[in-house]
Amino acid sequence: MIVIVDYGSGNLMGVKNALKRLGVDAIITSKPKDIRQAKRIILPGVGAFGFMMQSLRRMGIEDALKEAIKEGKPFLGICIGLQVLFEKSEESPGIAGMGIFEGSIMKFHKGKVPQIGWNRIIPKDDPLFVEGYAYFVNSYFAIPDDKKIVAATTDYFGEFASAIRDKNVTAVQFHPEKSGEYGLGLLRRWLSC
Amino acid sequence: MLTKRIIPCLDVKDGMVVKGTNFVDLKHAGDAIELAKRYNGQGADELVFLDITASHERRKTAIALASKAAQELFIPFTVGGGITSIEEIRDLLSAGADKVSLNTSAIKNPDLIKDAANRFGSQCVVVAIDAKRRGDSWGVFVKGGREDTGLDALSWAKQAERMGAGEILLTSMDRDGTKEGFDIELTRKISESLSIPVIASGGAGSLSSFAEVFQKGKADAALAASLFHYGTFTVGDVKKYLKSNGIEIRD
Repeated sequence: MIVIVDYGSGNLMGVKNALKRLGVDAIITSKPKDIRQAKRIILPGVGAFGFMMQSLRRMGIEDALKEAIKEGKPFLGICIGLQVLFEKSEESPGIAGMGIFEGSIMKFHKGKVPQIGWNRIIPKDDPLFVEGYAYFVNSYFAIPDDKKIVAATTDYFGEFASAIRDKNVTAVQFHPEKSGEYGLGLLRRWLSC
Repeated sequence: MLTKRIIPCLDVKDGMVVKGTNFVDLKHAGDAIELAKRYNGQGADELVFLDITASHERRKTAIALASKAAQELFIPFTVGGGITSIEEIRDLLSAGADKVSLNTSAIKNPDLIKDAANRFGSQCVVVAIDAKRRGDSWGVFVKGGREDTGLDALSWAKQAERMGAGEILLTSMDRDGTKEGFDIELTRKISESLSIPVIASGGAGSLSSFAEVFQKGKADAALAASLFHYGTFTVGDVKKYLKSNGIEIRD
């Protein structure tokens, strides 16, 4: 069973519809029990870092996610779902992230913010990622301490980490569910990794 | 670098495209979803659906449209047209719309922008402004350009940004339907005064009008309707032209 984690942020249909297009059923859930039983976990996120972390904690989801990641279950974080894997964010000072990865989330300081639109994905040496355009909506981006976990980069008035990958944890700053064929391709590869 | 976006706009009534199209090979002529898929195939970066169903059924038809579009399209899309309440915004987003476009209701009640942005995030709140030249500046008009609200387009755009709008959909009522090109002066003025993206609309005509609105007008995206509906150009034609002129697009 694939679970899409619902922490009360709204639109999760995009991810569910994209999986359905790939012939895969997923359940949308906010129950820690479902997360513990899942085969694969997708954590989409929109809105603010602080709101998301507080919701994950209040709903008991954070611990379930951490356990699942520790057990080696394939995990995919999307957008803020990437950002909360880090320790902290400039967006919500004083609210700790999940701390799966060391590093912090910073705000763009050049160009229009948020970055909205299609930008180029430049993969590092990682078979999950190919070159192409993906759809972004973000004001913040991750700066991992360990550069080896950066799986792809993108340029927005400077290079930033647009994808992270370390063992069973994959996370993308863009929205694969809204990135047309490029995004569906990535989801397809992730489902078989 | 972030690419410039090309956005076809579909006026929809009861699930059907209102303006005529020249896609004679469509199985169901005028079916909004089928046309949307066609544009997706041509390389559209996003889509806008304006639901102009004029009855009390509009809310239901808009939600049905959003739900259907979300199952068929895997690119972002915006739904607009007569949205007045936070509940309706919630329903459209839950149905699968990525963004909603607010126009008259945001002018009447600017708090709607703030409430929607606080609850669902700025990224899904597009404020549509219909601007018309009024001497040295531009006024904000409603009812298809017939009614002057008395607001100044630049001040209103700035206020919308402050209140949490994620993007401005800026239509030149002077150029709309003329095919004489976008209003470069207007677009540039608003785009350079804001830190959120501006989608230019109204007047798309020649291929070079698109290049102009990006290079001179500083737009982040360009929207067109009849030009694409009548098949004057495909989205692909426009993007190919832009690329050959050194403008970064998604190909």
